[in-house]
Parts: sequence; C-alpha cells; structure tokens
Amino acid sequence: MAKIVSKKQLSENVYQMELEAKLISEERKAGQFIILQLDENYGERIPLTIADANKETGTITIIFQVVGLTTEELSQMNVGDNVPVLVGPLGTPTHIKKYGTVVCVGGGIGVAPLHPIAEALKAAGNKVITIVGARNKELVIMEDEMKKIADELIICTDDGSYGRKALVTEPLKEICERDQKPDMVIAIGPPIMMKFCAETTRPYEVYTEVSLNTIMVDGTGMCGGCRVNVGGQVKFVCVDGPEFDGHLVDFDNMMARLHSYDEIEHEKHACYIDTLADKKIKEIEEAQK
Amino acid sequence: MSYIEPEILSENAVKVLHDYIHKIDELKPKDRLKIPLQEMPTQEPHERACNIEEVAIGYTVEEARVEALRCLECPTQPCVDGCPVRIDIPSFIHEIAHGEFQNAVDKIKEASLLPSICGRVCPQEQQCQLTCTVGKAMKNVDKAVAIGRLERFVADWEREQGKVKVPEVKPPTGKKVAVIGSGPAGLVVAADVRREGHEVTIFEAFHKLGGVMRYGIPEFRLPNEVVDQEIDSLLKMGVKIQKNFVVGRTRQLTDLIEKDGYDAVFIGTGAGLPIFMGIEGENLVGVFSANEYLTRANLMGAFDKEHADTPIYPSKVVAVLGGGNVAMDASRVALRLGAEKVYVIYRRTEVEMPARKEEVLHAKEEGVEFHFLENAKRILGDEKGRVKAMECLRYELGEPDSSGRRRPVAIEGSEFTIDVDTVIVAIGNGSNPLIHQTTPELETNKWGNVIVDEKQKSSMDKIFAGGDIVLGAATVILAMGEGRKAAAGINEMLAKESAN
Ligand SMILES: Cc1cc2nc3c(=O)[nH]c(=O)nc-3n(C[C@H](O)[C@H](O)[C@H](O)COP(=O)(O)OP(=O)(O)OC[C@H]3O[C@@H](n4cnc5c(N)ncnc54)[C@H](O)[C@@H]3O)c2cc1C
Ligand SMILES: Cc1cc2nc3c(=O)[nH]c(=O)nc-3n(C[C@H](O)[C@H](O)[C@H](O)COP(=O)(O)OP(=O)(O)OC[C@H]3O[C@@H](n4cnc5c(N)ncnc54)[C@H](O)[C@@H]3O)c2cc1C
Ligand code: SF4
Ligand code: SF4
Ligand code: FES
Repeated sequence: MAKIVSKKQLSENVYQMELEAKLISEERKAGQFIILQLDENYGERIPLTIADANKETGTITIIFQVVGLTTEELSQMNVGDNVPVLVGPLGTPTHIKKYGTVVCVGGGIGVAPLHPIAEALKAAGNKVITIVGARNKELVIMEDEMKKIADELIICTDDGSYGRKALVTEPLKEICERDQKPDMVIAIGPPIMMKFCAETTRPYEVYTEVSLNTIMVDGTGMCGGCRVNVGGQVKFVCVDGPEFDGHLVDFDNMMARLHSYDEIEHEKHACYIDTLADKKIKEIEEAQK
Repeated sequence: MSYIEPEILSENAVKVLHDYIHKIDELKPKDRLKIPLQEMPTQEPHERACNIEEVAIGYTVEEARVEALRCLECPTQPCVDGCPVRIDIPSFIHEIAHGEFQNAVDKIKEASLLPSICGRVCPQEQQCQLTCTVGKAMKNVDKAVAIGRLERFVADWEREQGKVKVPEVKPPTGKKVAVIGSGPAGLVVAADVRREGHEVTIFEAFHKLGGVMRYGIPEFRLPNEVVDQEIDSLLKMGVKIQKNFVVGRTRQLTDLIEKDGYDAVFIGTGAGLPIFMGIEGENLVGVFSANEYLTRANLMGAFDKEHADTPIYPSKVVAVLGGGNVAMDASRVALRLGAEKVYVIYRRTEVEMPARKEEVLHAKEEGVEFHFLENAKRILGDEKGRVKAMECLRYELGEPDSSGRRRPVAIEGSEFTIDVDTVIVAIGNGSNPLIHQTTPELETNKWGNVIVDEKQKSSMDKIFAGGDIVLGAATVILAMGEGRKAAAGINEMLAKESAN
C-alpha cells in the first residue's frame, strides 16, 4: 500500500503525484518504472515511469496522463488516499555513460520519463540538448525542470502556440546535420513520434534509443503480453526494456498490439465517465435540496 | 464413457457399502477386485462450461469408503514408490475404509503438506496410480485405486469440519529466513522452517499468494478457497508476508543477506517465462501466451466481466497450441469466457499428451475439439494486424526421441488453413531469468535452472532453491517435495550455526 503525499495538476489531463514507497525510492534508477493497481481484486495493472524519487522522504513521483479508466480513477484520488498495489522498480535501468553530446526528445507526457534520464546523462558529463514537444502550449510540461539540466532547450508545439511551430523531428534533423553530429539520441513519447524520430536519425547513423510503452500485466517477464519485435527477435519490454535501439524496433506491430483492447477500454471508460457524471449530478441535486 | 449424474453415483456407492460394511476386515483380494471403481462426481458438462465453479465435486463419505475398500494393502506398497513424497498410501486408505478420516489425514500430513491441492492436481496416473497393483491386475491404469481422489476427500473433510490444525511452532531461535516466491515450493519451505522457530518472511512479486496455483490453475480445477486455507495456516504460524516485492528489483538477492540480515534464503520463483514457437505472425494482436491469458482470467478477475478492469480479448474461435495441463486450462477458460469454438492443436497423439487424463476427458466433455498430429506453421493477420487464420501442417510419428516418446515429423506439403481469431500458445515455460540476471554469481544450467546439491543448496552460501526454478516446468508435488528437502537443509544449517 502506498499513500499519496502530494498531488498537482500539470495540464488539463496530466497529473503529478508523490507516493510513499521507501524501498522503491532507494533502489530505483533512471529509466525504471512501477506498476500500480487501484483495487486488489479487480483493478488493472498499469505501468508508470518513476519520474523522480527522494530517498530522504522515501517517496517517488509519478506523472501521468488521463487516457482511460485506471488513469482517470487515479486522477480522482487525493492526498492521504492509498494506492493498494504498487510494485517496482521494474525494467532495466537506462545505460548511463558519457557519450558526448546527447539529444533528449520528449513528446507530450514522454517528458516525464525523459527527465530523470536527461538528468542522469547530464550528471555523467554529457552535453544535453533537449527537445520538448506538445500539441499546444497548455500541454507543455516540466519546462522548468528541463531548463535546469539542458545545455540547450528547444520547445515546439504542433499549433505554434508556444516555442517553434514544428514537430520534434524538425529540430532533431537540424541537429543531426550540424558539423558535430550528436553521439546519441533518446526519444520518449507517443509511439508514432518515436517511430519518426528513429526514421529521422537513421540516415545519419546516430544511435537512437526509444522507451516503449506496451501493454503490461505482471511486469516480471512472466506473461509475454509486453513483447515487441526488435531486430527480428522477440523482446519483453518489462525485463529486457523498456529502452531499445529505435532503429531495430517494429513500431507498426507495437502500435497494433497497443490497441488490442481499444473497443473494450473505451466502453469501460465511457461507463465510468457516465457513473462519475451521475454522481456529480446527484451531489448537485443533494446540495440544491 | 458417458456422463453419470452425481446422485446416481452416490446411490450406487451407498448400496455397495451396505453390502460390504459388515465384512470389511475379511475381504480377500479377489473380493476387492470385484468392487466397482468409484467415478468422480462432476458438474454436468454443459452447465459447467458456462461457470467457473469446481468441475469435480468430490466423493461422498460412502464413495470414499467404497473406493478405499478396493485397495489390496499390498505389503510391497508399489504405489508409495510412485509418489514423489512417499505418502504411506495403504495406511491412509485403510483408515478411510474404516471411516477414521482424521487418522487418514494425519497419516498423509506426515509426508505431504498440501493434500487438498495434490489430491486435485497431481498427475496420479503417471505417479502413485501408475504402479498400483489393482490397475496392473485389471491391465488398465484407469482402474487403479483412485488414490488422489481419496487424498482430496480426507483433506476436504478436515477443512469442512474446521479441524485443520495449525502446526506447532518451536520457541524463537533468533534466525531469519527469506522465502522468495509463494508457489507450492515456497509455501512448504515457509511452513517447515517456521516450525523450527525461525522467523520467516515470504517475498512475492504479485499482490496475491500461491504462485501458479493462483494465477495459472483456474478456479474450476483448484478453488482459491483451498489455496487460501494453506496460506491462512502459515499466517497463523506467524509467517510474515511481503507482497508486491520483486527480488532482484525491489531488493537484490544478496542484499537480503548482507543488508537485511537474513540467515538463509530460499528461491522458489518458478518457471515463469513463456516459450513462444518462433513462427511468423506470433506477435499479431490476438496471440497470447497461456500465462497471459490465464493471468488475466484468474488473477486479474477477467472472468467477472462486470467488475474487472483488466480486459480479456473477445474471442469467437480459439486455437490452443500444446498438449499439457496448461493447454487444457487455457482451452477450458476460453470456453468459459464465451468462445464459440476452441481447438487444441497438438503435434503428437492423445497417448503422448502430458496433461492429466481427467482434464483431457473434462475438456472433451465440455466441447473442446482436439486436433492431433497437427501443428501451427504460421499465423495470418488481417490489415489491422489481428489474427484471422492459422496455417497448419499435418504430422506423423517417427522414431522415439531421447525422452522415449515418438518424435513427430511434419508431412511435407500437408499445409491447410483454419479460421481462428485467437491463438493461445501453451507449449511450455522456461525458467524466469530475473534473479539470475541480477545475481550472475548464482550458477544455473543452460536452461537457466538454478543448480543445487542434494540438500537443495545453490552455488552461493546460505542460498537454497527448489521447485520449477530448479526442475524446469514440473508439478506441484515435485515442487513441494523439493521445498521439504530445502527446508530440512536450511534447518540443519541453522541448527549447526547455533550449536557453534
Ligand atoms: C514502461 C512504461 C512506462 C510508462 N510511463 C508512463 C508515464 O510516466 N506516464 C503516463 O502517463 N503513462 C505512462 N505509460 C503509459 C501508461 O501505462 C498507460 O497510459 C496506462 O496503462 C493507461 O491505462 P488506463 O487504464 O488509464 O487506460 P486504458 O483504458 O487501459 O487505455 C486507454 C487507451 O490508452 C491506450 N493504452 C493502453 N495501455 C497503454 C500503454 N501502456 N501505453 C500507452 N497507451 C496505452 C490504449 O490504446 C487505449 O486506447 C507507461 C507505459 C509503460 C509500458
Ligand atoms: C496453467 C498451469 C497448469 C498446471 N497444472 C498442473 C497440474 O494440474 N498438476 C501439477 O502438478 N502441476 C501443474 N502445473 C505446474 C505447477 O503449477 C508448477 O510445477 C508449480 O506451481 C511450481 O511451483 P513453484 O513453487 O516452483 O513455483 P510457482 O508456482 O511458479 O510460484 C513462483 C512464485 O514466485 C513468484 N516470483 C517469481 N519471481 C519472483 C521474484 N523475483 N521475486 C518475488 N517473487 C517472485 C511468482 O510470482 C510466483 O508466485 C501447472 C502449471 C500451469 C502454468
Ligand atoms: S501426493 Fe500425488 S503422487 Fe503422492 S499419493 Fe498423493 S496424488 Fe499420489
Ligand atoms: S498398490 Fe494400489 S492396491 Fe496396492 S497398496 Fe497401493 S493403492 Fe493399494
Ligand atoms: S508484462 Fe508480462 S512479460 Fe512483460
């Protein structure tokens, strides 16, 4: 059981929470994630990256976007509430070393998992160029945190409401064309963004790491639900990853697998939203009485 | 064999018992061989295919006593040699025949800690019942004394009477033992080590205990209530539990000893690594490992579609690849989750199938279709990357391989296609590599199984291992047997340390 000790809304659909998790806070390394469940018997297990951790307070920070049932329910929880199931840190930590110049590309909520990695890369002596992308100004998160560590920070939005009006792949291409091309790129965001980042760097032969967000159940290598095709081999994201060489990942298959349950999930989520609405209406009616 | 209603089985047993009850101590082997085998009463096949209640209902008192009367009490006890933990079978059956059920349970518990589980899931026809004299006399192993059913009967009887005794725990020794994994191996180690007065903590990756008995074997074959009972006993003995704790991640194996001060560690992490076939199309949407499919259904509650958040794939026509217990469970779960057709595709024949016979029979009764001497060649998808069909090959049996089973050989050019929307791969499990990956000093063989000595001690000081992580995917009773050996090894080591 993990108590929520702080909660903050970062943008319309993105929340940050700090959870009590002493052991995880001590052991976690950049690139690792947790799995949580909101009900012991019927809850779904969802993976979320450990965005930050504090050994002194024994807490970890998660940043999540509301996309479906479980993230919706989590966003409704408050400080003092308990998350009944929290397990981690899971996954293989990012391989942090001195590469030289690294470009960290974060799309949307992907900036959250990117942050601890960028921070560790910086601490290892790398020059860190950061590209942060979002659909619009409202959805840009963690700008200040990124500013603190980045030697160069580029922000782009799809609609141009903030920073450059561009997709992240545009500045990424320019950086690859500089005299001193980067030694490594790490891209985290929606699968489609990671796919195109990998395509952008491929001609320049810049090693590009991506962090895959497949569907997971156990997170320990037992179920194979998180499997992806990497360089023609089957890999399990929860134990072999979540990071892989983006030039070898079969993104199309991964994206198809990610949508395995779309119809069911949407139905469930819609049901839940309906119940929430009913509850709110009842509350208002009660108040009016 | 066709389905017989439980009421009729029960009435018959009452009649037979009535005929014999006054002369049970005078029966000659000849008389005993005439007593009819007592079939296991079950739920009606069509009914049970739509629910998750236990299929096998269990013997009545009369059925158990009649079945017990079939035992010849052979002085050479060949059945005992067939049981991996050497339960004193003739003695406990003798007690059942005389209606002394408590004595019978006590006898069993001298050797086995989980009779209500093993009685249900042991592959008896390959173990104790294989060597039974009655089966030999009748030239049919299916006619052997139903040892497993009797074992289950008395264990259930004890539970239903509320008579399960919590084992006594000796005074505290000040020693701490960590048990990793809460499958049968881990549970047994916890009980046996705790009895000696050592402090025991079980570390389990999941939020529920029991290992494969919880997330793999479905409710209709092994009710959760039965597993809960065993865990409840451990809690009453003062065993501590740390759930949601992945050793190798939440804490390193060696840290348990070096930082947390455990005096011994038992690794019972099981064989949780699904093997895939390596064929084209295996990553399509709609292809699952049996582990994933069963975990979603059993552990995450997908059976209960109304309450469960974890979704389960909406399947109409399902192909299950494999011929073991896992394949039987997956196929029967798929039926219960609403599939219209379920095929089991196995590349040998029914004779070679490793699954328990009873499960195969039950699956057939429920409507699972078996395709023998066939195997998947590739899985075909639609434009959205979802399974739409499977191409198969026909096989024939060739020369026996190293295991003595005749090797299946593909018939060239025999390809044919069947329409399916879901494929469940149930061809086996490798050993879970997590602990080995994070503790390279731990010696393993080429399949990743931990290497142990005759006392189950690994290559590392104070670290023992047992169950599927040592044996490869095996059985509950073998895991339990290894657990007992490991516990004895740990207890012996700790006693020596205290003496010094
Ligand atoms: C290693 C890892 C780290 C992650 N870190 C974060 C993080 O730090 N912050 C964050 O917001 N999200 C993160 N995710 C994604 C997060 O797990 C999903 O958003 C979450 O599982 C959705 O659950 P839900 O019940 O709310 O939605 P569901 O109802 O399950 O799904 C709603 C929709 O989201 C899509 N979806 C389902 N599962 C995932 C998934 N795993 N990834 C992406 N889309 C999915 C489905 O296509 C579906 O249409 C991470 C995923 C992985 C594998
Ligand atoms: C579907 C299915 C049906 C089966 N049917 C039968 C049958 O009918 N009869 C029979 O005899 N056998 C059957 N078996 C086999 C039997 O279940 C296993 O042989 C037995 O459970 C092995 O026991 P174990 O204690 O070694 O491991 P498991 O039961 O596998 O338990 C291992 C436990 O360790 C936990 N774990 C793993 N890694 C870690 C870690 N790093 N940290 C913490 N915890 C960890 C796991 O979550 C799990 O709970 C079946 C198996 C399956 C999958
Ligand atoms: S434990 Fe298994 S093998 Fe041994 S007697 Fe019982 S059913 Fe037979
Ligand atoms: S071999 Fe069969 S008949 Fe003989 S003692 Fe064992 S169970 Fe009884
Ligand atoms: S989530 Fe089950 S194997 Fe990765």
